[in-house]
Amino acid sequence: MTATPTSLPAEKAATGLLAHARHIVTENPVTGLSFGLFILFLLAGLVGPHVVPYDPLASDTAAALAPPSAAHWFGTDQLGRDIFSRVVVATRLDMTIAIASVALVFVVGGLAGLAAGYFGGWTDQVVGRICDTIMAFPLFVLAMGIVAALGNTVTNIVLATAIVNFPLYARVARAEANVRRDAGFVQAARLCGNGEWRILLGQIMPNTLPIMMVQVSLTMGYAILNAAGLSFIGLGVRPPTPEWGIMVAEGAAFIVSGEWWIAFFPGVTLMLAVFCFNLLGDGLRDLVDPQRRT
Amino acid sequence: MLGKILKRLGTVVPSLIGVVIVTFLLTRVMPGDPAAYFAGPAATPEAIEEIRRSLGLDRPLLEQFLAYVVDLAQGDLGTSLTTGLPVMHEITTRLPASAELTLLGLIVSMAIALPLGVLAAVRQGSWIDHLSRVIATAGVSLPVFFTGLLLVYVFYFILGWAPAPMGRLDFFFSDPERVTGFFLIDSLLMGDLELFRAAFSQIWLPALTLGIFSLAPITRMTRASMLAVLASDFVRTARANGLPPGKVVITYAFRNALLPIITTLGMVFSFLLGANVLVEKVFAWPGIGSYAVEALIASDFAPVQGFVLAMAILYVLLNLLIDILYGVIDPRVRIEA
Repeated sequence: MTATPTSLPAEKAATGLLAHARHIVTENPVTGLSFGLFILFLLAGLVGPHVVPYDPLASDTAAALAPPSAAHWFGTDQLGRDIFSRVVVATRLDMTIAIASVALVFVVGGLAGLAAGYFGGWTDQVVGRICDTIMAFPLFVLAMGIVAALGNTVTNIVLATAIVNFPLYARVARAEANVRRDAGFVQAARLCGNGEWRILLGQIMPNTLPIMMVQVSLTMGYAILNAAGLSFIGLGVRPPTPEWGIMVAEGAAFIVSGEWWIAFFPGVTLMLAVFCFNLLGDGLRDLVDPQRRT
Repeated sequence: MLGKILKRLGTVVPSLIGVVIVTFLLTRVMPGDPAAYFAGPAATPEAIEEIRRSLGLDRPLLEQFLAYVVDLAQGDLGTSLTTGLPVMHEITTRLPASAELTLLGLIVSMAIALPLGVLAAVRQGSWIDHLSRVIATAGVSLPVFFTGLLLVYVFYFILGWAPAPMGRLDFFFSDPERVTGFFLIDSLLMGDLELFRAAFSQIWLPALTLGIFSLAPITRMTRASMLAVLASDFVRTARANGLPPGKVVITYAFRNALLPIITTLGMVFSFLLGANVLVEKVFAWPGIGSYAVEALIASDFAPVQGFVLAMAILYVLLNLLIDILYGVIDPRVRIEA
């Protein structure tokens, strides 16, 4: 770790942050690359269904199991559906599941953790006990159990992914709120007559946001993996809906006979998405918390 | 030491109670009416009511929970609707297959990750350090079912080094006599080398898949922990006293670096037990993971519940074992107790 002079004037703090962000993106080409990938996935999710060359659900038995070619970049599957189109269209569903579950746990886990760290006492006890109980399970196994119990739907995949991530968010938020509960600005706010919840949400919560945002991008990759894993074993998304995990599962039967492209392309896309979010998380952490740089 | 172990055993109790409550609650939130499900589509309301009474579903929740705990204590996890066999029986007969695979996966992963992490720390900034960093980042991004399929394609379809991913043994062989339930060990106990080779040829690919999956956290932790230890005073002193580098690294540094590595094993097991389910599905491995997946697809809840409970108990016990191991290895922990 090299110490760089960062004595920027206060009024330039905003531009300083931008410059710092640019520095991080350009200094480490990997972070830059992951940012580019992120934009690509975002675009695929937003406009993907409108720009793909084929209908992701249309089968064409004449062209079934065709290897990658100029007409079908990623080849076709056993029903002759274009894999490239299916992979691109699936981006929206996969991203929606991941973003929805992360957003849910960000709000619920974050608030629970903030309350636990700020109020202490029985709130802390209850939240801590819930975290311990969730952590007592292997996480993927618990997610399987939750989806099996609640019912085999996409909403429940979101819910299950959010639940298994709950301890991660609650613990980070708790630690962040705990160190600030008696900080000077909190005491000042209390002296001004603010209510406890107002202090918690107005004064403490904004200060925990940077660290929580890092947590979001670090767990996003895991959320995508978790959702794809669940649909790989046949939970949640149902065929013929294009989704990366289920496409890999469909291609699995053809791997042993050499038709590798059916499972390969959705799998690689899934891997790239997770990779992108993990690297982005590392980059974001460098930005927010330079002391933890590795 | 014994007192400490007993104290640690005491902390297992709340975890187990939490686990049992959660698995019980999972059945209560189950969609639909279990009584109607058991009765079948053609049942009259009276018949459903009758089944509800016989299943005890009309009693208060607390009473049902007590009945569940009593059943558990007697080793009764319910009966599978699809196979008609007790869940407990299925899980105990299938557990060795999963355990053998998971343990071998962990051994494979340690055999690669520990030397790699140590070398990365000793030669910081060299190509091996970069390699370990790439593995650590790429490893956590790889979906384990996808790695498995890639390995099957390369080693079965292209190279032909591995048999088809169809379970623990080829059809030509019959299972070895059950002693430990681990085919590799049982076949050796029988002195049947042919059988051992057959079992090994089936297991090495799924074990490698699991190994690659858990490579990342172990490598990363080994490297970080070795770096911290190598920078410490006693290593500097050992070097200054002219001890050979190998002795400094292995005897002085590595033994101390092991402690944080063992702590991360708890997290690694959480991932491994989950990944095991996916790997079992890819390789048609007859373990408890594929049992649970088959039941999930058939909406057969008792096996899933039994599986979740078994995995959670296993995980709690593994964490206990890791903590005890930690105390055995690190004398300082013993003194503090």
